[in-house]
Amino acid sequence: MNKKEYCEYVEKRAKKSPIVKNCACAFVIGGLICVIGELLRELYMSAGMEKTDASTLVSVTLVFITAVLTGIGIFDNIAKVAGAGTLVPITGFANAVASPAIDTKSEGYILGVGAKIFTIAGPVILYGTLSGAIYGVIYYICTLIWW
Amino acid sequence: MDIFLNCLYAFITGGILCVIAQILIDKTKLTPARILVLYVCAGVVLTAVGLYDYIVEFAGGGATVPLTGFGYAIAKGVEKAVAEKGLLGALTGGITATSGGITAAICFGYIASLIFSAKRKD
Repeated sequence: MNKKEYCEYVEKRAKKSPIVKNCACAFVIGGLICVIGELLRELYMSAGMEKTDASTLVSVTLVFITAVLTGIGIFDNIAKVAGAGTLVPITGFANAVASPAIDTKSEGYILGVGAKIFTIAGPVILYGTLSGAIYGVIYYICTLIWW
Repeated sequence: MDIFLNCLYAFITGGILCVIAQILIDKTKLTPARILVLYVCAGVVLTAVGLYDYIVEFAGGGATVPLTGFGYAIAKGVEKAVAEKGLLGALTGGITATSGGITAAICFGYIASLIFSAKRKD
């Protein structure tokens, strides 16, 4: 078997990444998480909370649920099936905080947990805050021009 | 009936946002971390150009729960703070608006690390 034949053989045997199935799973599970979020939002607003406060509390609730599910090891199993379905909602962010925190416990609480907790949350906060600050400056200039 | 429709819109919008990310993961070399960063920045940009307000109005939780909603909260917070405090608001608004989510993630993540130990990965 020469190199080319081998490559063809590998290609034939390699599991095809089932993109349609992945997308369907991501759609359903991601959609369901958003429905849970929407139901919680309606619940909190019916309890008299403001829209933005209700949205924040929804995030907090979902973050809490994710931290617990990550801790008892269920979240990884859901994420394996859901792919982007659990990544894109705030659950992905929460998991990206809780998971390295738990995994790096053995490296100590300062440079282990304390540093690694931001492995993925760090970039998200950095670029979110940075783009927000840039937008703020642009927005400020716009208010000067038009008002 | 209203609540059913709201949930349907949230389901569809949230689902579509997840499918876009899934396609990006499967078809490009973007890692999950890059997707998260991309989504937050996209949320800020879409809010800045005035589009994301409509999506939130339409989809509710379907737009605020995904990470683009995090960017939306940052941009909205910045707008509000700039209107109140001027240029200083550009620095204070973003994190103020998202402090709840960030602090919750850090606190619950830390508590989880105290309670749980790493599972063996299969």
